[in-house]
Formats: sequence, structure tokens, C-alpha cells
Amino acid sequence: MEILTKVHAKNLVKWAEDKPEVLVLSADLTGSTEVDSFRDTYPDRFYSMGIAEQNMMSFAGGLAREGFKPFIHTFAVFIYRRAYDQIAMSIAYPNLPVTMFGFLPGIMTPGGATHQAIEDISIMRSLPNMTILECGDATDVESVLDVANSVNGPVYIRMLRGEIPRLFPATEAMELGKSRLITEGSDLVLLTSGICTEEALRATEVLKARGLSIHHRHITTLKPFNDGAVIDAIEKTKYGVITMENHSVIGGLGTIVAEKIAEKGIGKKLVKIGIQDTFVHGASKQFLMKEYSLDAMTLISEIEKLVGLELNIKEDDLTEPYVVEVHSKAKVEAL
Amino acid sequence: MEKLKVNRDEIPWQQVYDAAEGIRHRVMEHTIKNNGGYLSQACSSAEIFAALYLKILNLEAVENPILPGKFQGVPGHNNPNHITGANFHGKKAPQYDRFFLSPTHYSLVLYTALIEAGRLDPSGLQEFNKDGGVVEMIGADHSPGMEIMTGSLGQGISQAAGIALGRKLKKETGRVVVFLSDGECQSGQFWEAVQAMSHHKLDNMLAYIDINGYQCDGKTETVMTIEPLDKRLESFGARVFRVDGHNVEELVALGNVQPDGRPTFILCDTDPCKNMDILKQRIPKLHYVRFNNEEERNQYREVYEKLKQGLK
Repeated sequence: MEILTKVHAKNLVKWAEDKPEVLVLSADLTGSTEVDSFRDTYPDRFYSMGIAEQNMMSFAGGLAREGFKPFIHTFAVFIYRRAYDQIAMSIAYPNLPVTMFGFLPGIMTPGGATHQAIEDISIMRSLPNMTILECGDATDVESVLDVANSVNGPVYIRMLRGEIPRLFPATEAMELGKSRLITEGSDLVLLTSGICTEEALRATEVLKARGLSIHHRHITTLKPFNDGAVIDAIEKTKYGVITMENHSVIGGLGTIVAEKIAEKGIGKKLVKIGIQDTFVHGASKQFLMKEYSLDAMTLISEIEKLVGLELNIKEDDLTEPYVVEVHSKAKVEAL
Repeated sequence: MEKLKVNRDEIPWQQVYDAAEGIRHRVMEHTIKNNGGYLSQACSSAEIFAALYLKILNLEAVENPILPGKFQGVPGHNNPNHITGANFHGKKAPQYDRFFLSPTHYSLVLYTALIEAGRLDPSGLQEFNKDGGVVEMIGADHSPGMEIMTGSLGQGISQAAGIALGRKLKKETGRVVVFLSDGECQSGQFWEAVQAMSHHKLDNMLAYIDINGYQCDGKTETVMTIEPLDKRLESFGARVFRVDGHNVEELVALGNVQPDGRPTFILCDTDPCKNMDILKQRIPKLHYVRFNNEEERNQYREVYEKLKQGLK
């Protein structure tokens, strides 16, 4: 698997070159959110707002009203938890093109509960006018900018940083409202988002070898959620649907799919893999994925229950995960 | 009512004071009619609003007073019909000022000021707080004279600051003028905004703060002390003036100060019972006037009739 470093840092500088209306706003996490290169390349388009997120959000709304495209960069928790009223009234209500890059989604940080965004999709998707995107690989990170820029309104992105795998060809850009088909299959539908797609892929080969036919899709647009291909696949599948997300099972991908299944009157079982309505603590990604049942072995056991088969798969049968070192040089701190 | 003169400098001082009394009078009339209203806010800020609209703000003149339209829905991807209340300030242009009301419980004061300035048709006030209208009790972006969502206190000045930076980047000469109340200076976001305005040198911003000393729970100093507000603001890097908020000449003079790299705050010490002694009976509960009984309402009617004769 190809692993890339600081994808956003490099890509944003290149992408923004011919877009003078794009301004970056940072709340004292400039290196941590990979906008230091942008700051150094375009100092006149970079605004340091200090550790003051409420002002930063309303301020961005004001800039957007004057025709600029503010790109907010900070950790996800400090966007939606700290400045929700400001997002709601200064950005979402007036439907302004402010893009919020939320880093460290879910269990992506050993920073603990204060830094882990486990309910951000749930909260942000209930805001009218909001579009929500999530990146799962380097190609997503590179192409999410065009997708966000094409939306005439506020966009919230669950963003990745540091060392990121490339799961999808660089030429196959993320598209608004369209999921990525990974495998066709008729036994069950597997819908994964963010880092869970890479984790699910560890089990793909062995599951295929055991004779399972899985329709696997990678979800990048969480709101609006109206990809007809997802609904079609659920209608046709034999056993049911499994969602797998780096987020609480309340209000995220699992809930979104449940709503769709109910609205369409599809009588299929749904299994939600995700953080089971609990806060999380500070530890490594690999440790937390196991502890909170977000890993490939959890997926396999849920598939066994859904289809009523014992697959007899062990950890050794899975593809090795790529483990990023805590002190990877691709990020400015261990967070 | 006299139409707004194009040359603001030629408007005599007395006309501004008369407009201020007109604001008090109209808000009082409305409070009696509706058995409720933000009357003390009109008393404390009448001269500030009159000075802003008649003398200080450089806004495009409107041909005729405008009638408010009907509510056309909230902004969104599927609503191209959404309207703004900014048209009451004339068209936007680089040289014109932009004015934002931060504490939207002053909306009735804003509407009556627009009437006094010849920008809102007096009959528009009949739409106040009516279902399906835009002359809302707590004004929103579609209400006359409003453009942004400011009712959640603290957000107005931050949004205005973003607009001020945007205008600077576009090299526009018009200023960004904000009206604030004293209570909202207790919020953290207000101070976040002030430090950002100083840090980014937004000297195209001018803020008038109505320090009437009262808020919803009562006297401000009993709720949460904000003084010394002038020293606090100065220590945040702002340029601060403190004046009698009922002195129109002083308010106007400070509206013409030349930019010096800092945002300017004009602290206006005001009396929430100014020219309306009957309000003093309600101290310290001045935030919202609702009559306790018909007898009290009649007392206000008598005062209103006297004021009406005084205005003639």
C-alpha cells in the first residue's frame, strides 16, 4: 500500500494558487492542521485567530459575506463543541460558503476525550444547510477541496493528516453525493467511512476466500445522503447491511442508513459498528480500534452473526495494518 | 416628517434631537398599544440612533420610505427568494458605511430610527411582530435595517469584524459601524472579537456602546461588573472615547475621527429613563416593559399624550 505524508499541506498550497478568494483561518493549530506551508506561501491570505474559536466562526461568516472563502482549520472538537451557536447563526443559517476542516475525527488521537470528535457528524448533520464530507485516504484528502468548493454553502470535513494510505487511484476524485464502489456482492452490503474503510479492507481477501459475496462501498458524503446506488444495493442484498464508522453509533453513518432503510420501507437488518455510545480515552489508534470494536475482527464477527456462519478467521489471516508511529515525523506533535 | 437630506452636514442639531424624541415617542406608542415593549432601550439610545442615521452614517439615500415586504423564507440552497433588510440602508458600495445592530432586542428602536430617517414607511410599524411579516420583535437578517444574524449576543461584533477585514482586503473606503449594548460586553466572544480587531488592525471599525447600566436581571453592576469598560477596552488595544450618550454634538464629532490603526469604541453613558420619568418607578426592572394593570397602562397613556403635544 502506498503511504503518503502531509498530503493536505502540499495539496492545499498547489490547489489554492489560482484562488485568491480562499483565506485560511487558524486557531493556534497551524502546524497541527497542516496549513503552515499555506501560511508561509501566502502570508496575506493566512489569518491567525488565536485560541478563540467562537470569534473565528462568526468572523469567517463576515468574510464569506464579503465574497471570500474562509477555510477554518482546527481540531474537530473545537469546531462543533466550542462554537456551535456561532456555526449555527453566523454560518449555517445564512448558508455562507465557509469550509471547516475538522482534524482528529473519532479515535485518531491519543489526546483523549477532550480531543476526540466522536459525535460531530451527529451534531453537524442536524444543522440546516450543512454539507458533511469525510476523507478516508490520500485521494479523498486531495480531492475533497474541489468537492467542498463546489458547494455554495457551509461544509464540514472530517479530515486526515500525517501519514495517509492511498486506497483509491489518484485519478479517481471524490464526488459529491457519490459513494465509491469497492466490491460488488450479493450476500450483504458493507458501508464504511473514514479510516474504517482501510480497516475493513484488511478482511476483504479472507472473506472472499471463505465464499462471501460483499457489496462494499466507501461513503464520503454524509450529508446530503441520497446516493441511489446505496439504496439499490440495500434493496437487493440477501442478509442485510453493516455500517462501520469512526464515530458514535448515534447520529452518524449508521443512523443515516437506518433512516434511509426505514423511509424506503426496506425490510433489511442493519448492524452498526462504531463507538457504542461511550466517551473514549487517550491511547493509540490500533489500541482504541480494538478496545472499542472498530477493527476488522469485529467486522468479521458481526458478519458471522448476520449470515449465520462460522468463518473461522483469525487475526493472522488478515492483511497487516499500516501502523503510524506515535512520533511520526509527518505530524508536528504526538497528538 | 422631513425627508433625509443628502448632505448630512447641513442637518441642524435640533432636527437630530427631534428625531431622538420621535424614536422615544413611537416606541412608547407601540409599547402602550401592544402592552409590552423594549421602552428603556429607546430612552437610552434614542440620541445615538438619531445621530447615526441622520449625521454619522454615510449611507445611500433612499428615494422614498420603503415598505417592508412579506417574509420570504430563510436562506438555503432551495430558496432564491430570500430577502435582506439591508436595502433600507441603500445599495452597498465601496464608499458607503455598513451599519449593524448587535443587540436585536433594540429592533423596535432601529425600526423607529429608520422611520425618523425617512427610510422605512411609518405604516411598516403596523407589521411589528405580525405573523408572516419581517418587522420582527427580535429582528433577523430579513428585518428592516438588518443584514446579519446578531440576536445571539457576542456574534454581531465578530461578524462585523470579518466584514471589516473583507472590506479592507477589497480596499473599500466605507466603514463598518456597530451598535452594541453594555450587557453583551460580558460575553467571552465580545472580548475575543476585540482582541482580533486590535490584532488585525481593523481601524475601519467604529462601535457605539449604549451603557445604560441595566440588563435583563436588573442593574448591570449587580449582575456582572463590566467596569472600568474604557480601561478594559484600552488594554485590549482599542481606541476608546467616553461621552454623554445623549449629547448629539459629541456623538457626531466622534463619528468623524480619523483612523489610527486601532478599532474605535465610543462608550455612551446613558439614562434608560431619559425624558420619561415614569419609567423610574420600574427600576431596576427596566429590560422589558409590560404593564401590571390597566391603571398603569393609562398612566403611560397620559404621559404619551403630553409628549405628543410637546412634539408639535
